[in-house]
Amino acid sequence: MTARRPTLEDYRAVVPAGTVDFLRRLSERVRGRRVVNVSLSREVGGVAEILHGLVPLLEEVGVESAWETLDGDGRAAPLAARLHHALQGGEERLPEEIFEQFLAFTRARAAALELTADMVLTHDALPAGLVEVRPQEGAWVWRCHLDVSHPQRRAWTFLRQYVVKYEAAVFSLPAFAQRLPIPQFMIYPAIDPLGDKNRELSGRTVDSICERLGVPRDKPILLQVGRFDRFKDPLGVIEAYRLVKRQHDCRLVLVGSAESDDPEGVELSAEVREAAERDRDLHVLELGASARVEVNALQRAATIVLQKSTREGFGLGVAEAMWKSKPVIGGFAGGITAQIVYGVTGYTVNSVEGAAFRARQLLADPQLCTRLGQAAREHVRQNFLVTRHLGDMLALLATLVQRNA
Amino acid sequence: MSERVARTPFPFLGCWELQEMLGRRAYDERELLEHLEEVPLDSIYFHTHSVFLRERGLPGPYPNDFASWAAIQVRDRVLGEKLGIIDPHDLSDLESLRTEVVSLIDDHLSQLGAVPRVIFGEPFYFMQSRVLEIPTGVKVRTLKEFRDVLSTVDSSVVYLHVVEARGRKGRRRHDFATWVDEQLGLPELAAAMARMNPFPFGLEEVRRRLVALCDAVLAAGT
Repeated sequence: MTARRPTLEDYRAVVPAGTVDFLRRLSERVRGRRVVNVSLSREVGGVAEILHGLVPLLEEVGVESAWETLDGDGRAAPLAARLHHALQGGEERLPEEIFEQFLAFTRARAAALELTADMVLTHDALPAGLVEVRPQEGAWVWRCHLDVSHPQRRAWTFLRQYVVKYEAAVFSLPAFAQRLPIPQFMIYPAIDPLGDKNRELSGRTVDSICERLGVPRDKPILLQVGRFDRFKDPLGVIEAYRLVKRQHDCRLVLVGSAESDDPEGVELSAEVREAAERDRDLHVLELGASARVEVNALQRAATIVLQKSTREGFGLGVAEAMWKSKPVIGGFAGGITAQIVYGVTGYTVNSVEGAAFRARQLLADPQLCTRLGQAAREHVRQNFLVTRHLGDMLALLATLVQRNA
Repeated sequence: MSERVARTPFPFLGCWELQEMLGRRAYDERELLEHLEEVPLDSIYFHTHSVFLRERGLPGPYPNDFASWAAIQVRDRVLGEKLGIIDPHDLSDLESLRTEVVSLIDDHLSQLGAVPRVIFGEPFYFMQSRVLEIPTGVKVRTLKEFRDVLSTVDSSVVYLHVVEARGRKGRRRHDFATWVDEQLGLPELAAAMARMNPFPFGLEEVRRRLVALCDAVLAAGT
């Protein structure tokens, strides 16, 4: 069954009072304007997930919204992945041909796109080069979802020549940005409280999903959801769990997967599984990207959610758990520090011991768990829901349209 | 008196803040000081005033970003405390506020042998605020109407009429107090409202106290 996509009105029950009416008022400033988003794909990845939520809402409030994709058949995905890896500081040195392929790809696709609008947003690296063929009218904005703070110099130098031709750039965090001669705005990504990953689930549904996944609910559950890669530190989480286990009988559930083309991830996954074989309270679940309801249920079943990353993008899994009124213990990395208010909604930690210490403290004090969890949900309600993202996009459009006028 | 009807209604305006990065960052307190001397006043404003918009439901432990950074990221609680006590209401304008912050940090550093810097924390990122005013479409003419609307509107309305009115627009007193005085002829209520300082409390508490002041006048029926 395909669920009906939520309308703005549907959000009224979960967003801060007055928000929906306020967004309608805000939208009056840009009603009838046209926005074009250009991303790599409509099917895969975080950008597609964001645009699936935002584009219909923009339409609903009177902004004509188009969504163009560069790579409908997925052929450019490996090229994009290598470029993104280099821009995020990956070690693989990119050969010159990659840059030539980038140019050839952009030029070949540009002619087929309708890029006339009051604001054109190109998302991430591959569509950035479209600025070369921009029409004179309209404001062009580069929306970077990546952390380009420590890129491979050659990759950034190459991309930068296009980025500086935009009116503005948007990053998810100041820490992710580079020095640029154009205005740079910060817009946090956001979660959809009515989507499968975050919508309310009945206790019975949570129970039945946990049962199906083989996770008993007889003990407090510590949960981490995240790819099996070194930066998410699943082995550190297991170490922390063992320190906690000395004082509190609990379970650890690790939800993740390793890409088959990532040998390090596959190796790490094997290490995690090996650790789990010796411990009946340690559950390793390899769930695919489509298991949104399952992740939702596990987050609701958890007592504490961990995101003990040593390096992270924005890490919206933190906001997802906080929305379910869970205290989150997060690594001091990426967007985790922007989401967790230390000691108020959860804790950021810098070590395995720190994660264990805070987990022990929370398990020993259910009232503290409840208090932090409630504050966490309110914090997300104010700052990390898709309606706030919609408001930011409307404000960006209004600002740029006004400036161009 | 509470039944008085204003000749000019009060139009409630809200706002939306777009956050702009300046590309400047400080890793120690000396760098913070140097950037502070150069950044636009809109950045001073962002880090001392519009913090209310970003911490609507959940006021942080310190009332401005400079104090939060010093205390939490640098772990220099002494500077955090000194910066935390700065009340923009005590200063005539943003340039005076900048001078106060700069001289306070300068004085603090002159008493230290080494410059405190972030080790495990995050650098300070300088930002500035672009605030878009948004009419809510709601206008009121009586104190009762004013009170009822104030208790339910988006908290950005409270921000715009109380914080922004004084902090950036440089008005002598905030918009609510001015209207209550000039349009409803309630100078005592206006004076009490004007004394309301948002800086220790956050927007929701200011709203609660303003509504309570109105309720007291309405209950007295004078």
